Amino acid sequence: MKSPLLEVTDLKKHFFVHSGALGTGGATVYAVDGVSFTIDRAETLALVGESGCGKSTVGRCILRLFDITSGQVMLDGKRIDELSAGALRPFRRRVQVVFQDPFSSLNPRMRVRDILAEPIRNFRLATSRAELAARVDRLLEVVRLPRDAAKRWPHEFSGGQRQRIGIARALAAEPDLIVCDEAVSALDVSVKAQIVNLLYDLQQELGLAMLFISHDLAIVEHMTHRVAVMYLGKIVELAPKRALFAAPKHPYTQALLSAVPVPEPGAARQRIILKGDVPSPINPPKGCRFHTRCPYAFERCRAEEPALRATAGGHLSACHLHDLPAAQNPLAAAA
Amino acid sequence: MPLLEINDLQTHFRTPDGVNRAVDGVSFQMGEGETLAVVGESGCGKSVTANSILRLIPEPPGKIAGSIRFRGVDLLKLSDKEMRRVRGNDISMIFQEPMTSLNPVLTVGRQLGETLRLHQRVSRREADARAVEMLRLVGIPEAKRRLGEYPHQLSGGMRQRVMIAIALSCRPKLLIADEPTTALDVTIQAQILDLMKDLKAKVGAAIILITHDLGIVAEVAERVMVMYAGRKVEEAPVEKLFRTPRHPYTQGLFGAVPKLGSSLAGNLTKLAEIPGVVPSLKQRICGCVFATRCASATDLCRQSAPALELKAPGHLAACHFAPKEALAA
Repeated sequence: MKSPLLEVTDLKKHFFVHSGALGTGGATVYAVDGVSFTIDRAETLALVGESGCGKSTVGRCILRLFDITSGQVMLDGKRIDELSAGALRPFRRRVQVVFQDPFSSLNPRMRVRDILAEPIRNFRLATSRAELAARVDRLLEVVRLPRDAAKRWPHEFSGGQRQRIGIARALAAEPDLIVCDEAVSALDVSVKAQIVNLLYDLQQELGLAMLFISHDLAIVEHMTHRVAVMYLGKIVELAPKRALFAAPKHPYTQALLSAVPVPEPGAARQRIILKGDVPSPINPPKGCRFHTRCPYAFERCRAEEPALRATAGGHLSACHLHDLPAAQNPLAAAA
Repeated sequence: MPLLEINDLQTHFRTPDGVNRAVDGVSFQMGEGETLAVVGESGCGKSVTANSILRLIPEPPGKIAGSIRFRGVDLLKLSDKEMRRVRGNDISMIFQEPMTSLNPVLTVGRQLGETLRLHQRVSRREADARAVEMLRLVGIPEAKRRLGEYPHQLSGGMRQRVMIAIALSCRPKLLIADEPTTALDVTIQAQILDLMKDLKAKVGAAIILITHDLGIVAEVAERVMVMYAGRKVEEAPVEKLFRTPRHPYTQGLFGAVPKLGSSLAGNLTKLAEIPGVVPSLKQRICGCVFATRCASATDLCRQSAPALELKAPGHLAACHFAPKEALAA
């Protein structure tokens, strides 16, 4: 069997924060605490969750912008989390990123041509000047920007156009996997639709794999094949898109979906309003991390951490409720 | 007499490269206890409209013209001192970013009490008692202890609750909420929206809700006003606007928003795009503001600006070609 393009196994990333006047005190932030998933070629996996759940940290670990604390990251069957900087270079080309903020992610002192040419030169993807220029032209065409954009500066473009430049730069290295870290969150509604459609088309045309990190569930539903829901550094549910949106299994996913306001006046909806705030990842709750806000929490949830395991309908879900017989199961009663 | 009546509001800013017509001739009315949503994309003038009502526009470089009648009194004619009596008392405001709109060096109790002591001339003790009551009202546990805490000790959702408590502490007739939940996570947003609906029933203030999220509009508003490039392009009761949007911009906006659950209904269609970008507000636009991006624009649209017309009962739209319903019936 062919291995998946990306395989992440039990990924952990802990940060140590210093505190106190002398920096002697400190605490550990369990930003990502045991996350496993795979992405196949030409597949889009969404990573959703609220701020502080660790979704961006996962993305950065895959890009090796951070060294990981433990676990492993395999690209095409080869571990990349241990590689030295030099040995990593060919793999860097294969995983590229599009950031959230189209203003701070482009160097204001570089023309668009140089921004796009940099990865091509860096990875020696062009053999002559003419080929380099042809590639830049082609990239602009792919992201639907006019050819004369090449000689202009980033500040001359609107937010949506800059995001197109950011996407072109990611494509310049001819990657297999693109990490989109909230790539459309900063854009206005009408422009967001343009970029969502562009990413969707590119994914189809070029057969790219994508890790789509977002907090916007409606966009995720539109863009992706599978969805992983994160809460406090863990994946609580992972399922094919349709299964997840039709029948979420984990109480957190259910609450998250029910909390999204729907643009239909008078729509009768059962909304689950969670109490309180997300606990701090410095001192995550014992047992199930969601038990402090879960409407169905019982004794076992406070003591024992649920594992992510297969449930009905192709879902992976981490919840003790799935072990209860149907008669006592509040999830079954609610469905 | 309507609670608020705005006529031909024009808020312009002088900039080194020309006058920016951020709000260019906007008129609307609001009744007591009504909830009006103002929607539009960034730069459409929705926040500037809100800030103009409270005269929070620095002059110069800004300049507000037109009239803003609040219970019959034109706010633009008041002296600064008289205006200060209106702010936070008759009309109050909630901002988007609860971290920057609270003073980081004053306790929550002090900031809540300040409004009460200033406008209602109550003693410090009474102000404290009222502050505790307000914090309870907005669902903050251990209200007494929270009075002594500073904003940085609260989470984003808690801070926004404190802002709402401050805004409502003098029982205003009108509350302006400028993207009150945009900076919050979706589960916290649900809490705050729920709280606002609940408090509206209790306090009975009229609300102007400024947002770009059509989901929130559908859930909270009674009437909706759509703005584009500094002008009002459409206004209607919320069900009507969502059922039959009449302005091409509103239609485009609805098409561009993905809906949750759409993958279940059948095959996903591509999102509708509105091509192009918002025009610069520094040049005077002769025709329809949306003509450069509108699929059905003609020479007429490019030359003459369409007036806001009644297209159906209670439904205004500024478009030469938007269909009209028989109004007699």
